[in-house]
Amino acid sequence: MKRELTCIICPIGCSLEVKIDNGEVKSVKGNTCPRGKKYAETECIAPMRTVTTTMKCDDGSVVPVKTDSPIPKEKVFELMKIINNSVTHLPISVGDVIIENVFGCNIVATKNM
Amino acid sequence: MTDLVIIGGGPAGMSAAIAAYESGIRDILILERDSRLGGILGQCIHNGFGLHRFGEELTGPEYAWRYEEKVRAMNIPFKLGTMVLDINENKVITATNEDDGIFQIEAKAIILAMGCRERSKGALNIAGTRPAGIYSAGTAQKFVNIEGYMPGKNVVILGSGDIGLIMARRMTLEGAKVHAVCELMPYSGGLARNIEQCLNDFGIPLKLSHTVVEIHGKERLEGVTIAKVDENRRPIAETREYIPCDTLLLSVGLIPENELSKSAGVALDRVTSGAIVDQDRQTNIEGVYACGNVLHVHDLVDYVSEEAEIAGKSAAAYIKGEKCDAVSVDIKTDGRIRYTVPQKITQDKDISVYFRVSDVFRNVTVAVYKNGEKVFSKKRPKVAPGEMESIKLSKNIFAGASELEFRLEQN
Ligand code: SF4
Repeated sequence: MKRELTCIICPIGCSLEVKIDNGEVKSVKGNTCPRGKKYAETECIAPMRTVTTTMKCDDGSVVPVKTDSPIPKEKVFELMKIINNSVTHLPISVGDVIIENVFGCNIVATKNM
Repeated sequence: MTDLVIIGGGPAGMSAAIAAYESGIRDILILERDSRLGGILGQCIHNGFGLHRFGEELTGPEYAWRYEEKVRAMNIPFKLGTMVLDINENKVITATNEDDGIFQIEAKAIILAMGCRERSKGALNIAGTRPAGIYSAGTAQKFVNIEGYMPGKNVVILGSGDIGLIMARRMTLEGAKVHAVCELMPYSGGLARNIEQCLNDFGIPLKLSHTVVEIHGKERLEGVTIAKVDENRRPIAETREYIPCDTLLLSVGLIPENELSKSAGVALDRVTSGAIVDQDRQTNIEGVYACGNVLHVHDLVDYVSEEAEIAGKSAAAYIKGEKCDAVSVDIKTDGRIRYTVPQKITQDKDISVYFRVSDVFRNVTVAVYKNGEKVFSKKRPKVAPGEMESIKLSKNIFAGASELEFRLEQN
Protein backbone atom coordinates (compact mmCIF):
# COMPACT_ATOMS: atom_id res chain seq x y z
CA MET A 1 0.00 0.00 0.00
CA LYS A 2 1.20 3.51 -0.80
CA ARG A 3 0.50 6.58 1.28
CA GLU A 4 1.27 10.22 0.56
CA LEU A 5 2.14 12.46 3.49
CA THR A 6 3.35 15.98 4.13
CA CYS A 7 6.17 16.02 6.66
CA ILE A 8 5.24 18.38 9.50
CA ILE A 9 8.57 18.31 11.30
CA CYS A 10 9.92 21.55 9.80
CA PRO A 11 8.58 24.45 7.69
CA ILE A 12 9.92 23.00 4.44
CA GLY A 13 7.04 20.49 4.49
CA CYS A 14 8.44 17.82 2.14
CA SER A 15 5.95 15.59 0.29
CA LEU A 16 6.60 12.01 1.34
CA GLU A 17 5.66 8.81 -0.41
CA VAL A 18 5.48 5.86 1.95
CA LYS A 19 5.24 2.17 1.07
CA ILE A 20 3.49 0.11 3.74
CA ASP A 21 3.18 -3.69 3.83
CA ASN A 22 1.43 -5.63 6.60
CA GLY A 23 1.40 -2.61 8.88
CA GLU A 24 5.13 -2.04 8.42
CA VAL A 25 6.81 0.87 6.64
CA LYS A 26 8.95 -0.58 3.84
CA SER A 27 10.26 2.60 2.24
CA VAL A 28 10.02 6.40 2.44
CA LYS A 29 10.69 8.70 -0.54
CA GLY A 30 10.74 12.49 -0.82
CA ASN A 31 12.27 13.37 2.53
CA THR A 32 15.22 15.77 2.42
CA CYS A 33 16.49 14.77 5.84
CA PRO A 34 16.40 11.73 8.15
CA ARG A 35 13.77 13.32 10.41
CA GLY A 36 11.29 13.01 7.54
CA LYS A 37 11.81 9.26 7.38
CA LYS A 38 11.30 8.92 11.11
CA TYR A 39 8.17 11.07 10.90
CA ALA A 40 6.72 8.87 8.12
CA GLU A 41 7.38 5.75 10.14
CA THR A 42 5.59 6.93 13.28
CA GLU A 43 2.86 8.73 11.30
CA CYS A 44 1.85 5.53 9.50
CA ILE A 45 1.99 3.28 12.56
CA ALA A 46 1.16 5.44 15.60
CA PRO A 47 0.85 9.18 14.80
CA MET A 48 1.99 11.62 17.51
CA ARG A 49 1.28 15.34 17.99
CA THR A 50 2.59 18.10 20.20
CA VAL A 51 -0.34 20.00 21.72
CA THR A 52 -0.24 23.73 22.45
CA THR A 53 -3.15 25.42 24.22
CA THR A 54 -3.94 27.64 27.21
CA MET A 55 -4.87 26.83 30.81
CA LYS A 56 -6.93 28.86 33.25
CA CYS A 57 -5.04 30.65 36.04
CA ASP A 58 -6.36 31.34 39.55
CA ASP A 59 -6.58 35.09 38.79
CA GLY A 60 -8.90 34.55 35.79
CA SER A 61 -6.24 34.99 33.10
CA VAL A 62 -4.93 32.19 30.88
CA VAL A 63 -1.36 30.92 30.49
CA PRO A 64 -0.09 29.26 27.29
CA VAL A 65 1.05 25.67 27.80
CA LYS A 66 2.38 22.77 25.73
CA THR A 67 3.09 19.07 25.97
CA ASP A 68 6.85 18.73 26.45
CA SER A 69 6.86 15.83 23.98
CA PRO A 70 4.37 14.59 21.38
CA ILE A 71 1.43 12.47 22.56
CA PRO A 72 -0.62 9.89 20.59
CA LYS A 73 -2.79 11.79 18.11
CA GLU A 74 -6.00 10.06 19.21
CA LYS A 75 -5.47 11.36 22.78
CA VAL A 76 -5.41 15.05 21.77
CA PHE A 77 -9.05 15.83 22.62
CA GLU A 78 -8.89 13.84 25.84
CA LEU A 79 -5.86 15.89 26.85
CA MET A 80 -7.70 19.11 25.95
CA LYS A 81 -10.47 18.09 28.37
CA ILE A 82 -7.98 17.49 31.18
CA ILE A 83 -6.29 20.84 30.60
CA ASN A 84 -9.58 22.74 30.31
CA ASN A 85 -10.72 21.24 33.64
CA SER A 86 -7.53 22.39 35.41
CA VAL A 87 -6.57 25.69 36.99
CA THR A 88 -2.99 26.70 37.70
CA HIS A 89 -1.56 29.07 40.30
CA LEU A 90 0.40 32.20 39.52
CA PRO A 91 3.19 33.25 39.33
CA ILE A 92 4.52 30.81 36.80
CA SER A 93 7.67 30.68 34.64
CA VAL A 94 8.55 29.32 31.22
CA GLY A 95 9.21 25.59 31.54
CA ASP A 96 7.39 25.04 34.86
CA VAL A 97 5.63 21.67 34.90
CA ILE A 98 1.91 22.19 35.61
CA ILE A 99 0.60 18.64 35.11
CA GLU A 100 2.94 15.68 35.36
CA ASN A 101 2.88 12.55 33.25
CA VAL A 102 -0.30 12.58 31.17
CA PHE A 103 -0.20 10.31 28.10
CA GLY A 104 3.55 10.07 28.59
CA CYS A 105 4.30 13.79 28.67
CA ASN A 106 4.28 16.76 31.03
CA ILE A 107 2.22 19.92 30.54
CA VAL A 108 4.58 22.89 30.86
CA ALA A 109 4.05 26.65 30.86
CA THR A 110 5.43 28.55 27.86
CA LYS A 111 5.19 32.08 29.24
CA ASN A 112 6.12 33.95 32.42
CA MET A 113 2.98 35.21 34.14
CA MET B 1 21.41 62.37 22.29
CA THR B 2 20.94 58.58 22.34
CA ASP B 3 23.14 56.40 20.14
CA LEU B 4 20.45 53.97 19.02
CA VAL B 5 16.68 54.06 19.44
CA ILE B 6 14.71 51.00 18.35
CA ILE B 7 11.00 51.40 17.65
CA GLY B 8 9.28 48.15 18.58
CA GLY B 9 10.19 45.47 21.14
CA GLY B 10 9.06 42.40 19.21
CA PRO B 11 11.38 39.77 17.77
CA ALA B 12 12.91 42.23 15.27
CA GLY B 13 13.51 45.01 17.79
CA MET B 14 15.01 42.70 20.40
CA SER B 15 17.33 40.92 17.92
CA ALA B 16 18.49 44.25 16.54
CA ALA B 17 19.18 45.55 20.05
CA ILE B 18 21.17 42.46 21.01
CA ALA B 19 23.20 42.59 17.78
CA ALA B 20 24.01 46.28 18.31
CA TYR B 21 25.01 45.57 21.91
CA GLU B 22 27.25 42.73 20.78
CA SER B 23 28.84 45.14 18.30
CA GLY B 24 29.84 47.40 21.16
CA ILE B 25 26.97 49.90 21.37
CA ARG B 26 25.75 50.50 24.93
CA ASP B 27 23.54 53.56 24.65
CA ILE B 28 20.42 51.81 23.32
CA LEU B 29 16.73 52.40 24.01
CA ILE B 30 13.84 50.18 22.90
CA LEU B 31 10.39 51.82 22.72
CA GLU B 32 7.49 49.35 22.89
CA ARG B 33 3.79 50.17 22.58
CA ASP B 34 2.53 47.08 24.43
CA SER B 35 2.82 46.34 28.14
CA ARG B 36 5.45 43.66 27.51
CA LEU B 37 8.24 42.77 25.13
CA GLY B 38 7.77 40.04 22.51
CA GLY B 39 5.36 41.62 20.04
CA ILE B 40 2.90 39.39 18.24
CA LEU B 41 4.73 36.23 19.41
CA GLY B 42 2.91 36.55 22.74
CA GLN B 43 -0.32 35.38 21.14
CA CYS B 44 1.28 32.82 18.80
CA ILE B 45 1.18 30.02 21.37
CA HIS B 46 1.62 27.22 18.80
CA ASN B 47 5.02 25.67 18.18
CA GLY B 48 7.20 25.75 15.09
CA PHE B 49 9.38 28.73 15.92
CA GLY B 50 13.15 28.63 16.19
CA LEU B 51 14.07 25.52 14.22
CA HIS B 52 16.66 27.46 12.20
CA ARG B 53 17.93 29.56 15.08
CA PHE B 54 17.93 27.13 17.97
CA GLY B 55 17.56 23.74 16.30
CA GLU B 56 14.44 23.04 18.36
CA GLU B 57 10.76 23.75 18.09
CA LEU B 58 9.60 26.53 20.39
CA THR B 59 6.25 28.20 20.88
CA GLY B 60 5.97 31.93 20.13
CA PRO B 61 6.18 33.07 23.77
CA GLU B 62 9.19 30.78 24.36
CA TYR B 63 10.98 32.15 21.30
CA ALA B 64 10.34 35.70 22.47
CA TRP B 65 11.56 34.84 25.96
CA ARG B 66 14.93 33.61 24.63
CA TYR B 67 15.50 37.14 23.34
CA GLU B 68 13.93 38.98 26.24
CA GLU B 69 16.23 37.09 28.64
CA LYS B 70 19.23 38.36 26.68
CA VAL B 71 17.92 41.92 26.54
CA ARG B 72 17.48 41.83 30.32
CA ALA B 73 20.87 40.17 30.94
CA MET B 74 22.54 42.89 28.85
CA ASN B 75 20.59 45.55 30.72
CA ILE B 76 19.43 47.11 27.48
CA PRO B 77 16.94 49.81 28.51
CA PHE B 78 13.38 49.59 27.22
CA LYS B 79 10.23 51.61 27.81
CA LEU B 80 6.94 49.72 27.70
CA GLY B 81 3.49 51.19 27.11
CA THR B 82 5.20 53.81 25.00
CA MET B 83 3.63 55.06 21.83
CA VAL B 84 5.85 56.77 19.27
CA LEU B 85 3.91 59.68 17.77
CA ASP B 86 6.39 61.01 15.28
CA ILE B 87 9.87 60.59 13.85
CA ASN B 88 11.28 63.51 11.88
CA GLU B 89 13.99 63.65 9.25
CA ASN B 90 16.54 64.84 11.88
CA LYS B 91 16.00 61.60 13.79
CA VAL B 92 14.11 63.27 16.61
CA ILE B 93 11.51 60.90 18.05
CA THR B 94 8.39 62.15 19.82
CA ALA B 95 6.76 59.57 22.08
CA THR B 96 4.35 59.36 24.97
CA ASN B 97 3.67 57.13 27.96
CA GLU B 98 1.99 57.42 31.35
CA ASP B 99 5.17 58.09 33.35
CA ASP B 100 7.00 60.52 31.08
CA GLY B 101 4.08 62.24 29.35
CA ILE B 102 5.11 63.47 25.94
CA PHE B 103 8.88 63.43 25.42
CA GLN B 104 11.47 63.78 22.68
CA ILE B 105 14.66 61.84 22.03
CA GLU B 106 17.31 62.67 19.48
CA ALA B 107 19.00 59.56 18.09
CA LYS B 108 22.21 59.02 16.16
CA ALA B 109 20.60 55.98 14.57
CA ILE B 110 17.06 54.60 14.52
CA ILE B 111 15.91 51.07 13.78
CA LEU B 112 12.29 50.76 12.67
CA ALA B 113 10.87 47.44 13.94
CA MET B 114 7.15 48.13 14.29
CA GLY B 115 5.98 44.93 12.65
CA CYS B 116 2.84 44.56 10.56
CA ARG B 117 -0.91 44.49 10.91
CA GLU B 118 -3.64 42.46 9.30
CA ARG B 119 -5.23 43.55 6.09
CA SER B 120 -8.91 44.24 6.56
CA LYS B 121 -9.71 44.72 2.90
CA GLY B 122 -11.29 41.28 2.44
CA ALA B 123 -14.24 42.21 4.64
CA LEU B 124 -15.26 45.27 2.72
CA ASN B 125 -16.23 43.92 -0.67
CA ILE B 126 -18.46 41.05 0.48
CA ALA B 127 -22.21 41.56 -0.09
CA GLY B 128 -24.81 41.30 2.67
CA THR B 129 -25.13 42.52 6.24
CA ARG B 130 -22.50 43.43 8.85
CA PRO B 131 -23.51 41.51 11.96
CA ALA B 132 -21.33 40.71 14.98
CA GLY B 133 -19.15 37.63 14.66
CA ILE B 134 -16.72 38.76 11.95
CA TYR B 135 -13.12 39.02 13.13
CA SER B 136 -9.67 39.10 11.67
CA ALA B 137 -7.87 35.84 12.44
CA GLY B 138 -5.31 37.70 14.55
CA THR B 139 -8.00 39.37 16.67
CA ALA B 140 -9.61 35.99 17.28
CA GLN B 141 -6.19 34.62 18.18
CA LYS B 142 -5.78 37.34 20.78
CA PHE B 143 -9.25 36.63 22.21
CA VAL B 144 -8.61 32.91 22.57
CA ASN B 145 -4.94 32.84 23.55
CA ILE B 146 -4.56 35.99 25.65
CA GLU B 147 -8.06 36.74 26.98
CA GLY B 148 -9.20 33.12 27.15
CA TYR B 149 -12.46 33.86 25.38
CA MET B 150 -13.94 31.92 22.45
CA PRO B 151 -15.48 34.16 19.78
CA GLY B 152 -17.89 31.49 18.48
CA LYS B 153 -18.78 27.84 17.93
CA ASN B 154 -19.40 27.43 14.21
CA VAL B 155 -16.67 28.93 12.12
CA VAL B 156 -15.84 29.67 8.48
CA ILE B 157 -12.40 31.04 7.66
CA LEU B 158 -11.69 33.17 4.60
CA GLY B 159 -8.05 33.06 3.55
CA SER B 160 -5.58 30.24 4.04
CA GLY B 161 -2.57 32.18 5.29
CA ASP B 162 -0.78 30.63 8.23
CA ILE B 163 -2.73 32.55 10.89
CA GLY B 164 -6.01 31.33 9.40
CA LEU B 165 -4.79 27.72 9.38
CA ILE B 166 -3.42 27.96 12.92
CA MET B 167 -6.73 29.42 14.12
CA ALA B 168 -8.69 26.63 12.41
CA ARG B 169 -6.86 24.14 14.63
CA ARG B 170 -6.98 26.34 17.71
CA MET B 171 -10.77 26.85 17.52
CA THR B 172 -11.27 23.12 16.83
CA LEU B 173 -9.20 22.14 19.88
CA GLU B 174 -11.36 24.45 22.00
CA GLY B 175 -14.52 22.72 20.81
CA ALA B 176 -15.65 24.81 17.85
CA LYS B 177 -16.61 23.31 14.50
CA VAL B 178 -14.67 24.82 11.60
CA HIS B 179 -16.79 24.16 8.52
CA ALA B 180 -14.40 25.33 5.82
CA VAL B 181 -11.34 27.37 4.99
CA CYS B 182 -11.96 29.24 1.71
CA GLU B 183 -9.03 30.43 -0.38
CA LEU B 184 -9.54 32.74 -3.34
CA MET B 185 -6.34 31.61 -5.04
CA PRO B 186 -5.86 28.12 -6.51
CA TYR B 187 -3.11 27.51 -3.92
CA SER B 188 -2.77 28.17 -0.22
CA GLY B 189 -0.60 30.98 1.08
CA GLY B 190 0.19 28.93 4.17
CA LEU B 191 2.89 26.36 4.85
CA ALA B 192 2.21 22.79 3.69
CA ARG B 193 2.82 21.51 7.23
CA ASN B 194 0.06 23.77 8.54
CA ILE B 195 -2.42 22.48 5.98
CA GLU B 196 -1.52 18.98 7.14
CA GLN B 197 -1.52 19.44 10.91
CA CYS B 198 -4.14 22.20 11.24
CA LEU B 199 -6.71 21.14 8.62
CA ASN B 200 -6.19 17.53 7.51
CA ASP B 201 -5.70 16.31 11.09
CA PHE B 202 -9.25 17.46 11.88
CA GLY B 203 -10.88 16.84 8.52
CA ILE B 204 -11.41 20.56 7.88
CA PRO B 205 -11.99 21.14 4.15
CA LEU B 206 -9.68 23.58 2.34
CA LYS B 207 -11.69 25.03 -0.52
CA LEU B 208 -9.24 26.46 -3.04
CA SER B 209 -10.54 28.96 -5.64
CA HIS B 210 -13.46 29.71 -3.32
CA THR B 211 -14.55 32.89 -1.62
CA VAL B 212 -17.28 34.23 0.63
CA VAL B 213 -19.81 36.07 -1.54
CA GLU B 214 -22.49 36.98 0.99
CA ILE B 215 -22.83 37.50 4.72
CA HIS B 216 -26.14 36.73 6.46
CA GLY B 217 -27.56 37.69 9.85
CA LYS B 218 -28.94 40.76 11.60
CA GLU B 219 -27.41 41.16 15.05
CA ARG B 220 -25.21 38.08 15.03
CA LEU B 221 -23.76 36.29 12.03
CA GLU B 222 -26.09 33.45 10.94
CA GLY B 223 -24.29 32.12 7.90
CA VAL B 224 -22.25 32.85 4.83
CA THR B 225 -22.66 32.00 1.17
CA ILE B 226 -19.51 30.77 -0.47
CA ALA B 227 -18.85 30.14 -4.16
CA LYS B 228 -16.15 28.82 -6.44
CA VAL B 229 -14.35 31.43 -8.54
CA ASP B 230 -13.24 31.24 -12.19
CA GLU B 231 -9.71 31.97 -13.53
CA ASN B 232 -10.45 35.68 -13.25
CA ARG B 233 -11.43 35.21 -9.61
CA ARG B 234 -15.08 35.97 -10.35
CA PRO B 235 -17.62 33.90 -8.39
CA ILE B 236 -19.51 31.27 -10.40
CA ALA B 237 -23.22 31.67 -9.56
CA GLU B 238 -24.17 27.96 -9.90
CA THR B 239 -21.63 26.99 -7.24
CA ARG B 240 -23.12 29.13 -4.46
CA GLU B 241 -23.42 27.21 -1.21
CA TYR B 242 -24.86 28.37 2.12
CA ILE B 243 -22.99 27.48 5.32
CA PRO B 244 -24.67 28.28 8.67
CA CYS B 245 -22.08 29.74 11.08
CA ASP B 246 -21.78 32.27 13.90
CA THR B 247 -18.18 33.29 13.25
CA LEU B 248 -16.27 34.37 10.15
CA LEU B 249 -12.52 34.77 10.48
CA LEU B 250 -10.60 36.77 7.88
CA SER B 251 -7.03 35.78 7.19
CA VAL B 252 -6.37 37.78 4.08
CA GLY B 253 -2.79 38.84 4.58
CA LEU B 254 -0.52 41.15 6.51
CA ILE B 255 0.79 44.58 5.68
CA PRO B 256 3.83 46.39 7.14
CA GLU B 257 2.84 49.17 9.52
CA ASN B 258 4.70 52.18 8.14
CA GLU B 259 2.81 55.31 9.19
CA LEU B 260 5.79 56.43 11.30
CA SER B 261 8.29 55.67 8.55
CA LYS B 262 6.30 57.86 6.18
CA SER B 263 6.32 60.79 8.58
CA ALA B 264 10.11 60.45 8.80
CA GLY B 265 10.34 60.67 5.01
CA VAL B 266 11.35 57.04 4.46
CA ALA B 267 10.80 55.98 0.84
CA LEU B 268 8.58 52.91 0.55
CA ASP B 269 8.49 50.05 -1.96
CA ARG B 270 5.07 49.73 -3.61
CA VAL B 271 5.24 45.95 -3.69
CA THR B 272 6.37 45.23 -0.12
CA SER B 273 4.70 48.31 1.48
CA GLY B 274 7.93 48.49 3.47
CA ALA B 275 10.99 50.70 3.17
CA ILE B 276 13.38 50.55 0.24
CA VAL B 277 16.63 49.42 1.85
CA ASP B 278 20.22 48.55 1.04
CA GLN B 279 22.15 45.45 2.12
CA ASP B 280 22.49 46.90 5.65
CA ARG B 281 18.71 47.45 5.85
CA GLN B 282 19.39 51.19 5.80
CA THR B 283 16.56 53.25 4.32
CA ASN B 284 16.96 56.31 2.11
CA ILE B 285 17.62 58.30 5.29
CA GLU B 286 21.16 57.87 6.58
CA GLY B 287 21.17 56.24 10.00
CA VAL B 288 17.56 55.02 9.76
CA TYR B 289 17.19 51.25 9.39
CA ALA B 290 14.20 48.91 9.05
CA CYS B 291 13.90 45.19 9.75
CA GLY B 292 11.36 42.47 10.41
CA ASN B 293 7.74 42.63 9.30
CA VAL B 294 7.76 46.41 9.01
CA LEU B 295 10.19 45.95 6.13
CA HIS B 296 8.44 43.04 4.41
CA VAL B 297 6.19 40.31 5.75
CA HIS B 298 8.17 37.20 6.71
CA ASP B 299 6.84 33.65 7.02
CA LEU B 300 9.34 32.57 9.67
CA VAL B 301 10.38 34.53 12.73
CA ASP B 302 13.83 32.95 12.42
CA TYR B 303 14.36 35.08 9.31
CA VAL B 304 13.09 38.15 11.14
CA SER B 305 15.77 37.66 13.77
CA GLU B 306 18.42 37.15 11.09
CA GLU B 307 17.42 40.32 9.27
CA ALA B 308 17.25 42.32 12.48
CA GLU B 309 20.79 41.26 13.35
CA ILE B 310 21.97 42.72 10.04
CA ALA B 311 20.21 45.99 10.88
CA GLY B 312 21.57 46.02 14.45
CA LYS B 313 25.16 45.38 13.37
CA SER B 314 24.95 47.90 10.56
CA ALA B 315 23.51 50.60 12.83
CA ALA B 316 26.37 49.93 15.24
CA ALA B 317 28.92 50.30 12.41
CA TYR B 318 27.24 53.54 11.36
CA ILE B 319 27.36 54.93 14.90
CA LYS B 320 31.05 54.02 15.11
CA GLY B 321 31.73 55.52 11.67
CA GLU B 322 32.85 52.25 10.02
CA LYS B 323 32.26 51.90 6.27
CA CYS B 324 33.15 49.80 3.24
CA ASP B 325 33.78 51.28 -0.23
CA ALA B 326 30.65 52.77 -1.73
CA VAL B 327 28.88 51.31 -4.76
CA SER B 328 25.47 52.08 -6.22
CA VAL B 329 23.56 49.13 -7.66
CA ASP B 330 19.79 48.95 -8.10
CA ILE B 331 18.16 45.53 -8.07
CA LYS B 332 15.34 45.12 -10.59
CA THR B 333 12.92 42.20 -10.89
CA ASP B 334 10.97 40.65 -13.76
CA GLY B 335 7.54 40.47 -12.11
CA ARG B 336 7.69 36.69 -11.68
CA ILE B 337 10.04 37.63 -8.90
CA ARG B 338 7.80 40.12 -7.14
CA TYR B 339 10.37 41.89 -5.03
CA THR B 340 13.77 41.63 -3.47
CA VAL B 341 15.11 42.81 -0.13
CA PRO B 342 17.47 44.63 -0.30
CA GLN B 343 16.36 46.66 -3.31
CA LYS B 344 19.76 48.34 -3.68
CA ILE B 345 23.41 47.73 -2.88
CA THR B 346 25.47 50.63 -1.56
CA GLN B 347 28.57 48.98 -0.14
CA ASP B 348 31.13 46.69 -1.69
CA LYS B 349 30.66 43.48 0.29
CA ASP B 350 29.15 39.98 -0.03
CA ILE B 351 25.40 40.02 0.55
CA SER B 352 22.28 37.85 0.76
CA VAL B 353 19.22 38.79 -1.25
CA TYR B 354 15.77 37.66 -0.13
CA PHE B 355 12.85 37.55 -2.54
CA ARG B 356 9.34 36.33 -3.19
CA VAL B 357 7.76 34.99 -6.38
CA SER B 358 4.33 35.93 -7.78
CA ASP B 359 2.90 32.44 -8.36
CA VAL B 360 3.67 28.75 -7.90
CA PHE B 361 6.39 27.77 -10.41
CA ARG B 362 8.06 24.38 -10.91
CA ASN B 363 11.51 23.59 -12.35
CA VAL B 364 12.81 27.12 -12.52
CA THR B 365 16.14 28.89 -12.37
CA VAL B 366 16.71 32.05 -10.41
CA ALA B 367 18.98 34.07 -12.69
CA VAL B 368 20.82 37.31 -12.05
CA TYR B 369 21.79 39.49 -15.02
CA LYS B 370 24.38 42.25 -15.15
CA ASN B 371 24.36 44.40 -18.30
CA GLY B 372 22.34 41.72 -20.13
CA GLU B 373 24.74 38.95 -19.14
CA LYS B 374 23.82 36.11 -16.81
CA VAL B 375 26.20 36.24 -13.86
CA PHE B 376 24.50 33.92 -11.39
CA SER B 377 21.96 31.10 -11.49
CA LYS B 378 20.38 28.72 -9.03
CA LYS B 379 17.93 25.91 -9.88
CA ARG B 380 14.81 25.39 -7.77
CA PRO B 381 12.39 22.43 -8.16
CA LYS B 382 9.48 24.51 -6.82
CA VAL B 383 8.91 28.06 -5.64
CA ALA B 384 5.72 29.49 -4.13
CA PRO B 385 4.53 32.96 -3.06
CA GLY B 386 4.16 31.80 0.53
CA GLU B 387 7.80 30.85 0.89
CA MET B 388 10.57 33.42 0.94
CA GLU B 389 13.65 32.49 -1.09
CA SER B 390 17.19 33.73 -0.73
CA ILE B 391 20.51 33.67 -2.58
CA LYS B 392 24.01 34.72 -1.59
CA LEU B 393 25.88 37.06 -3.93
CA SER B 394 29.61 37.61 -3.64
CA LYS B 395 30.71 41.16 -4.32
CA ASN B 396 32.53 40.33 -7.57
CA ILE B 397 29.13 39.50 -9.11
CA PHE B 398 27.98 43.11 -9.02
CA ALA B 399 31.42 44.72 -9.45
CA GLY B 400 31.17 47.64 -11.84
CA ALA B 401 27.39 47.33 -12.27
CA SER B 402 24.78 50.01 -11.73
CA GLU B 403 21.92 47.55 -12.02
CA LEU B 404 21.26 43.84 -11.44
CA GLU B 405 18.16 42.15 -12.79
CA PHE B 406 16.59 39.15 -11.06
CA ARG B 407 14.64 36.85 -13.37
CA LEU B 408 12.83 33.59 -12.86
CA GLU B 409 13.40 31.35 -15.90
CA GLN B 410 11.65 28.11 -16.84
CA ASN B 411 14.06 25.17 -17.17
S1 SF4 C 1 11.87 15.67 5.65
FE1 SF4 C 1 13.28 16.91 6.86
S2 SF4 C 1 13.49 18.77 5.60
FE2 SF4 C 1 11.66 17.73 4.83
S3 SF4 C 1 9.97 18.65 6.03
FE3 SF4 C 1 10.62 16.80 7.13
S4 SF4 C 1 12.07 17.57 8.62
FE4 SF4 C 1 11.85 19.18 7.11
